[in-house]
Amino acid sequence: MKSNPSIKYQASSIIHRLSLMSVAIFSVLLASLSSAAAEDLTVDEIITKANEAAYYAGRDGQADVKMTIVDAGGGERVRQFRILRLNAENGNQKFYVYFNEPADVRRMVYLVWKKVGEGQDDDRWMYLPALDLVRRIAPGDKRTSFVGSDFVYEDVSGRNLNADEHELISSAGGQYQIKNTPKDPGSVEFSYYTVWIDQDTFLPRKAEYYDKNGKLYRRVEGTKVETVQGYPTVVESVVTDLNTGGKTVNAFSGMKYDIGLNDAIFSERFLKRPPREATR
Amino acid sequence: MRIKMMKRYIFIAVFVLAAGVAQAADVHGFADVRAGLRMQNDPNQDDESLGELRLQLDVMEYAGPLTLQLRSDFLYDWVLDEHDIDLETGEGAIDLREANVSASPVSWADVKAGRQILTWGTGDLLFINDMFPKDWNSFFIGRDEEYLKAPSDAVKVSLFPSWANIDLVYTPRFDHDRFITGDRISFWNAGLGARSGQDAVADADIPDEWFDDDEISIRVSRNMKGYELALYGYEGFWKSPSGSDMESGRAIFPRLGVYGSSLRGQLMKGIANLEAGYYDSRDDRDGDDPFVHNSEARLLAGYQQELMRDLTLAVQYYVELMMDYGEYEDSLPEGMDAADENRHVLTLRLTQQLLSQNLMLSFFAYWSPSDEDGYLRPSVSYKASDEWKFTAGGNFFMGRDDHTFFGQFEDNNNIYLSARYSF
Repeated sequence: MKSNPSIKYQASSIIHRLSLMSVAIFSVLLASLSSAAAEDLTVDEIITKANEAAYYAGRDGQADVKMTIVDAGGGERVRQFRILRLNAENGNQKFYVYFNEPADVRRMVYLVWKKVGEGQDDDRWMYLPALDLVRRIAPGDKRTSFVGSDFVYEDVSGRNLNADEHELISSAGGQYQIKNTPKDPGSVEFSYYTVWIDQDTFLPRKAEYYDKNGKLYRRVEGTKVETVQGYPTVVESVVTDLNTGGKTVNAFSGMKYDIGLNDAIFSERFLKRPPREATR
Repeated sequence: MRIKMMKRYIFIAVFVLAAGVAQAADVHGFADVRAGLRMQNDPNQDDESLGELRLQLDVMEYAGPLTLQLRSDFLYDWVLDEHDIDLETGEGAIDLREANVSASPVSWADVKAGRQILTWGTGDLLFINDMFPKDWNSFFIGRDEEYLKAPSDAVKVSLFPSWANIDLVYTPRFDHDRFITGDRISFWNAGLGARSGQDAVADADIPDEWFDDDEISIRVSRNMKGYELALYGYEGFWKSPSGSDMESGRAIFPRLGVYGSSLRGQLMKGIANLEAGYYDSRDDRDGDDPFVHNSEARLLAGYQQELMRDLTLAVQYYVELMMDYGEYEDSLPEGMDAADENRHVLTLRLTQQLLSQNLMLSFFAYWSPSDEDGYLRPSVSYKASDEWKFTAGGNFFMGRDDHTFFGQFEDNNNIYLSARYSF
């Protein structure tokens, strides 16, 4: 029996429309559900979601970073590197940072096995190609400047959520405003910091740090956000040091998620022989 | 004299031209001018300890599955004023650092063949199982620390089964250290019973037969949850002269085998490392030949920790235990200074970064309580911009005796300055 092509077309078109409609209805439902849920989220749930959105998007990811460090006098220094990231078990992560600029650190690699467990330090290595040397780096103060910029290590790989007490200050204006007070005040240079988190994406958009005298001295902002493969992603961030007048701008490009990075990349073998994922 | 000046101008012209070409193409590297002075008069050496203009060019090309690397230094040295090229010692107008091709023929193996820099082991400026060539002249006169490693002409095959990493390095012709000969650094000349320098540049009998005088290095390593374990083996020669030929009086490189292991990982708030090696002196297994080094056991323990933000402390204890010391003592000719049975060395490294990590203060000290000698390496470097870096530093040797490892270099104390432009 010959089927009627026009009937077939109509049927498929109807199904198509129906499915579009159901997707739309479902989306609206989901949105209202999630916004209802948003009202009820505890502060711990908010910071957990924000941490995931900011540092754990996808199974893995990569980005090219152009970091411009501007001192108070307007002098500029530029670092360019590629970051490869792989999420491991229990919130642990691995980072592979391959430097392209400045010239004196070209082809150096910085490898981090980030550990979030209580009392655990990250394992860190640096590869110096001119010496063929894999140097182990002592666990450091995570408030140390990252490659001489206004960013600190914790800004790059994320501050341990258990290090602070969190307090929801406001949910107005589409953002959560959360005050974070360190449990061990002696371990950090700030007395507290306040973070603003977008309610729709859970991306932290601004953090302001107050010193021991209660004076605002440091601001970290996610100044541009784009959606990459469905993941809202900060594509430009700025740190301003209000004491020195210096700032650092991070511009991200070439972002990819779920690229299927192999765990083996984050090992000595690929320190000595950078993988294509890092060099191409 | 006019010709010498002409040579200098020609070199500088070529240098500027090459730097220009490098800027235009995808070539990277640096230009480095460096000068050093001796802190005391040594009748057997120039007053200048270092004086050179160096251009390094570095090209990396990907050709299908192959990676090609070429990195070479072009050098004008106005102290030694020796411009004939010697790729083995790195003296002269060209010091070829790397020229190799690498590939991963299968997913579980890497191969790199050609001139390359090779390093392994856990010591910080102390080496037990790293039997790749070192350049002690560069180290002592104040070149950048990267020049401590001299290149090897070798094939390196790395295998990566699931249980370990296996590295095999075959060097078809012995790559010795760029050892102290006296042309730049004066040293204790046991044959003369005095310190000598340019007056008696060491004449060495270097094993140089292709495939006969070869070297094999092997390492099997594994990273277990952040703890790095490794086993090592080496078959070759003492890397610096370790004996002398009685008839000719020339320095020799006796046969050597090394077997060792190392462990590195976190301990408390820092990083600890342990390394051990047995030096099997093949040509003097009984230890009764006074003209060939005895076998030794070498041990190393180190610890580094960040004391405060941007300030790191590292300490090491290192010991060389001479085997068959009785035989050594009994066989020693009258009047020759005996080495101690055990040589103990302590090292200290302090690194402080300031001014947004653009200013680095570094201090490294070796001290041997048994030899009662030491060696200090202070330096200050400042990154004025992404391109310019300025360094000042010194090399200071001290010792009670004239013949001990660091004490023999007492007349070589020097300070140096450098400016480097990276591109």
